[in-house]
Amino acid sequence: MRITCTVNGQARELDDVWEGESLLYVLRERMGLPGSKNACEQGECGSCTVYLDGETVCSCLVAAGQADGREIRTVEGLSDGERLHPIQQAFVETGAVQCGFCTPGLLVQIEDLLRRTPDPTDLEIREALAGNLCRCTGYEQILEAVRLAAGRIRSTA
Amino acid sequence: MEFLTPMGWDEALAMKADRPDALPLAGGTDVMVELNLTAHRPAALLDLTRIPELRTWSTTANEHIRLGAGVTYRQVIDELADQLPGLAMAARTVGSPQIRNRGTVGGNLGAASPAGDSHPPLLAVGAQIEVSSKTRGSRLIPIDEFFTGVKRNALAPDELIAAAVIPTARGPQQFSKIGTRNAMVIAVCSFALALDAHTEVVGTGIGSAAPTPIRADEAERYLTEVLQGLRLWRRRSPLPESVVRRFAELVAEAAAPIDDVRGTAVYRRHALSVLARRTLTWAWDEYWATGQSAA
Ligand SMILES: Cc1cc2nc3c(=O)[nH]c(=O)nc-3n(C[C@H](O)[C@H](O)[C@H](O)COP(=O)(O)OP(=O)(O)OC[C@H]3O[C@@H](n4cnc5c(N)ncnc54)[C@H](O)[C@@H]3O)c2cc1C
Ligand code: FES
Ligand code: FES
Repeated sequence: MRITCTVNGQARELDDVWEGESLLYVLRERMGLPGSKNACEQGECGSCTVYLDGETVCSCLVAAGQADGREIRTVEGLSDGERLHPIQQAFVETGAVQCGFCTPGLLVQIEDLLRRTPDPTDLEIREALAGNLCRCTGYEQILEAVRLAAGRIRSTA
Repeated sequence: MEFLTPMGWDEALAMKADRPDALPLAGGTDVMVELNLTAHRPAALLDLTRIPELRTWSTTANEHIRLGAGVTYRQVIDELADQLPGLAMAARTVGSPQIRNRGTVGGNLGAASPAGDSHPPLLAVGAQIEVSSKTRGSRLIPIDEFFTGVKRNALAPDELIAAAVIPTARGPQQFSKIGTRNAMVIAVCSFALALDAHTEVVGTGIGSAAPTPIRADEAERYLTEVLQGLRLWRRRSPLPESVVRRFAELVAEAAAPIDDVRGTAVYRRHALSVLARRTLTWAWDEYWATGQSAA
C-alpha cells in the first residue's frame, strides 16, 4: 500500500509498504531514519518512542497503515541542525549515555515530559520514564540530565 | 493481508459484516505485539483509529458515561477521574505513558484477558458493553456476561464493540493491583471496589485470579447487608475489624486462581484478601471521614 505522512516536518510518500509492518520498520528501513531503535518490538523498552500526532507512542506498535496521513516526529527532529537540543546537551554532560541504545527513546519521552511539566519532581520523572528501559546507566545520570535540562529550558523560556 | 480503513462507524460495521475474519485494530498494543512476534497473520486488519465516534465519550440522560471503545487510557485519566474514579485508577496502572497514550478500553475488552486492568472496575460498577453489527444493530451486554472464557468474549463474528456504558461514581471507588514493580506489569492479581452511597450497594471486581475477570458475589452481598443492617451508611463510623476481615475472606474464596509464572494460586488468594482489606479500608475511610454526601 502507499503511505503518505509528515515526518519531522517533511512530507514523505512511500509505495509498496506491507500493511502489517510497524511504523518503526518504516522509519528505519524505508525512510533511512535509524535514530529510533528496535530492541523488543513489544512495547516494553521504549527505545522506539516517537511522537504520533503530538503524543508519544511506541512506534513498534503502530501499524504502517495507521500512520498514513499522520504527523510523526522522531529523535532526528529534536536538534536544531548541528545545535543539540538542551536535553541532548544535558545527556552528554551528565554521562547519561553509555551504549546509547535507549537514548533516542528517552530523549523524545523526556521532551514530552518537560513540555507538559517544566519543573517535574523525581517521582514525576520516574513515572514519565517508566516505559523506557536502560541496561547500562542505572538511571541516576538520566535523572540528573532531566533536572539539568529542565532548569536550562525554564531559564530560557 | 488486507488493511481496511473505515472512516466512519457504519462503514466499519459494513466491512466487518463483509469480512468477519478481519481483525479489529485499535491502539495496537495487543495486536501489534502478536504481529511482530509470531507468525500468525489475520486475513485482514480493520483499522478503527479513524472513526471519530469511537474516540469520544458523553454523559447520558441517566448519569452514565458512554465511553467510546477507542477512548485511550490517557483520556480516561485526564478527563474522567471524577466521574469514573475506579476506572481512572486502573488506567493509571496500565503499562507506561506510551502504552496509555495508545491503548484503549475497547481494546482491553476485545482482548478479554483475565488480567485486563479495566475489567475489575467495570465489573464493580455493573457496566454494560454496547456492541453493534450491520444487520442486527446494537445490543447491550451486561459486563458479567461479556467474558466467556480465557481471552474470549461474547462478540459475534460480525460485531464490533461500540462503547462501554458505565454508571458514574456515587461514592468512593478503589482499584489495586499486585505486580513485581510499580509500572509495566501484568497483574498477578487485582481488585476493584465500588461503594454506592446512593443505593447503599457494594460492587467488586477481581482480575487475574480466574479464567475470566469475575465479581465476588458473596462478598458483595455480605458487605451490603452488614452496612445496611448496622446502619453504617448513616452513622458514618469506622468499620468493625471483623467485617473487614470477613469481607476479605469472601473475596479470596470467590477466586479460582491458577499457578503460573507470575504467582501461585495460594499466593494469589492471599494477595487478594490483602487487596480486599486495603481497598475497603481506604474507600470506607474516604466515605466516613470526608462525610461525602450520599446524594
Ligand atoms: C508494554 C505493554 C504493557 C501493557 N500493560 C498492560 C497493563 O498493565 N494492563 C492491561 O490491562 N493491559 C496491558 N497491556 C495490554 C494492552 O495494552 C491492553 O489490553 C490495551 O487495552 C489494548 O488496547 P488497544 O487499543 O491497544 O487494542 P488492540 O491491540 O488494537 O486490540 C486488542 C484486541 O481487541 C480487539 N478490538 C479492539 N477494538 C475493538 C472493537 N472496537 N471491537 C471489537 N474488537 C476490538 C482487537 O481485534 C484485538 O483482539 C500492555 C501491553 C503492552 C505492549
Ligand atoms: S522496540 Fe518498541 S518498545 Fe521496544
Ligand atoms: S545507555 Fe545502554 S541501554 Fe541505556
